[in-house]
Amino acid sequence: MKRLCLLLALIAAQPLLADSKLPPAYWANRQLPDAKKEARAQSLMEELRCLVCQGQSIADSDAELAGDMRDLVRRRIDAGESPEQVRSWLVQRYGSWVSYRPTTEVAAWPLWLAPLALLVVGAVLIRRRIRLKAHR
Amino acid sequence: MSRAIRFAPLVLLFLLIAALIWRLATPVDSTVSSKLEGKSLPAFALPAVVAKPGLASQDLQTGTPRILNIFASWCVPCVAEVKVLQELKRRGVHIDGIAIRDRPEDVAAFLQRNGDPYERIGSDAQSQVQIALGSSGVPESFVIDGRGVIRYQHIGPIEGSDIPTMMSKLEQAR
Repeated sequence: MKRLCLLLALIAAQPLLADSKLPPAYWANRQLPDAKKEARAQSLMEELRCLVCQGQSIADSDAELAGDMRDLVRRRIDAGESPEQVRSWLVQRYGSWVSYRPTTEVAAWPLWLAPLALLVVGAVLIRRRIRLKAHR
Repeated sequence: MSRAIRFAPLVLLFLLIAALIWRLATPVDSTVSSKLEGKSLPAFALPAVVAKPGLASQDLQTGTPRILNIFASWCVPCVAEVKVLQELKRRGVHIDGIAIRDRPEDVAAFLQRNGDPYERIGSDAQSQVQIALGSSGVPESFVIDGRGVIRYQHIGPIEGSDIPTMMSKLEQAR
């Protein structure tokens, strides 16, 4: 009986919540009254990576730190900073990794050049095909 | 079409499999390190959370290296870390804390239960100073030299085996 109880208790067991008991920050889940500023903040938040659930943007994530970052973004945009200023402030701290927008730094060049390279390869292949047909 | 090119898809497949095996064997390191190492602490002033002074960036420019520990009462690994911090304190290390998203009664209970290695504790209720430091979780620790420059970041709990590293980083920051 005791064993059965323990087994049943295991089913009800929940992982320890690693979350604080404080409510979300003021601007975490609240839109700015100024619609233009809110739109600017929103599009920036969609391009910032959540540091906890790293595949998500802070606009998408339910992590507490993401909420605090949304609060920070909205506060700064509301105070008149441009989205690029906020982004570069975060990049200074976390590296370009924190922003989803591709940069022009050398490491990202293959990303920009790949479509061009594929176009060139495609053009060469098509040219060959046409030539082969013309020979026949 | 030449013969060699016929094997290209097969070669590509093998390359792909090799790449997948390599990434499975050595997974990507997903820790986010602060880019502020080697730079001055950002200016901040945090209020007190328990019956000891709060923490401002000037408090970390005392001429001697200090450890700035980012912790929280709701953080499970922090419980074990406090014991190691106590040991560092016994060795004469100055430790200040920043409590992330915490309530005064919870911090007080946490210190009562686990011990209190901190000289000052600042309350960062909305992680703003944590973000300004480029820190992405709890616990994390920074070695700050006497002039307020961040010299080293330790991500995750400081364990017993990390004590020599921490001591030598503190020594180097002198």
